[in-house]
Amino acid sequence: MKITTKLWIGMAVLIVLSPLGLILPDRFKAGSAWGEWGADEMQKLVGYVPNGLAKLSTLWNAPMPDYAFKGWEEKGLPHLSFAYIISAVLGIAIISVAAWFIGKVLTKKGD
Amino acid sequence: MHIPDGYLGPATCGLFYAVMLPLWAVASKIVKKTLKAKQVPMLAIGAAFSFVIMMFNVPIIGGSTGHAVGGVLVAILLGPWAACIAITVALVIQALLFGDGGITAIGANCFNMAFVLPFVGYYLYRVLSYNAPLDSNRRVFAAGVAGYIGINVAALFAGVEFGLQPLLHHTAFGQALYCPYGLNVAVPAMAGEHLLIFGWVEAIVTALVIKFLQKQDVNLLID
Repeated sequence: MKITTKLWIGMAVLIVLSPLGLILPDRFKAGSAWGEWGADEMQKLVGYVPNGLAKLSTLWNAPMPDYAFKGWEEKGLPHLSFAYIISAVLGIAIISVAAWFIGKVLTKKGD
Repeated sequence: MHIPDGYLGPATCGLFYAVMLPLWAVASKIVKKTLKAKQVPMLAIGAAFSFVIMMFNVPIIGGSTGHAVGGVLVAILLGPWAACIAITVALVIQALLFGDGGITAIGANCFNMAFVLPFVGYYLYRVLSYNAPLDSNRRVFAAGVAGYIGINVAALFAGVEFGLQPLLHHTAFGQALYCPYGLNVAVPAMAGEHLLIFGWVEAIVTALVIKFLQKQDVNLLID
């Protein structure tokens, strides 16, 4: 078997295991990464929401915020784990195609 | 380490876009010269691996979370400039599609994770693995140390970027406009959690994959 095939199989295993990145923090009561709090968390932490942060934090409306479907914020872990796996598949597909395309363009000889 | 929108002021965001633009241009130029056509699938795999490994949030019990980046590994296999491109692709999609890391902070996030991290890791690996046989354990060790130090230097940069904000931008009453934590809080927080936990995750991931590749196809480790 080619090494790239083996690595893609490894990637598939990582996709299936990816919800661990959601479940473990939940189990161990760990919150956001440092410096990645939402406006409401910031209010609790420092007692106010910095003005610029309040304005800029809503600048971009990502289609799948936090690796979940929009409106799924209140859903339980099984739902969120499913969305996480879908996010992993989608992300890997888009990123590998984009990187592959860039690689192809850059390694094209004769120009 | 994905700085969201609103944590860095316009000056910092602009500065890092201005720094990254020429670096991306140089990366394209160098990768064009050095990357072989048969390495293109590895570039795609490297970018995808970096993306998916960042989804594995590791908890600090009762505290925050963090994750490996996988960038030092990509740098060891494809060189630091190719790693810069691969990680940039992952970071841009994370920001656009998943809102992980801000649009305004793409320059800063790419500087930390797609430039500092792979370059520090790569050159440290080269020094530590100097003259070591491709299948030697010294290479595995060198990869682990490079992963640990690479992510920690990147986290230190992120901490400084966060921590400078209250100095740069505040209201007349002393309220911060962007990240409210100064260097005295941001640097120990970012450096500390990566020194204690997340650096080890990056070290283990990097070393394990290098060990696996040594057994599979040792030629992948030719510098």
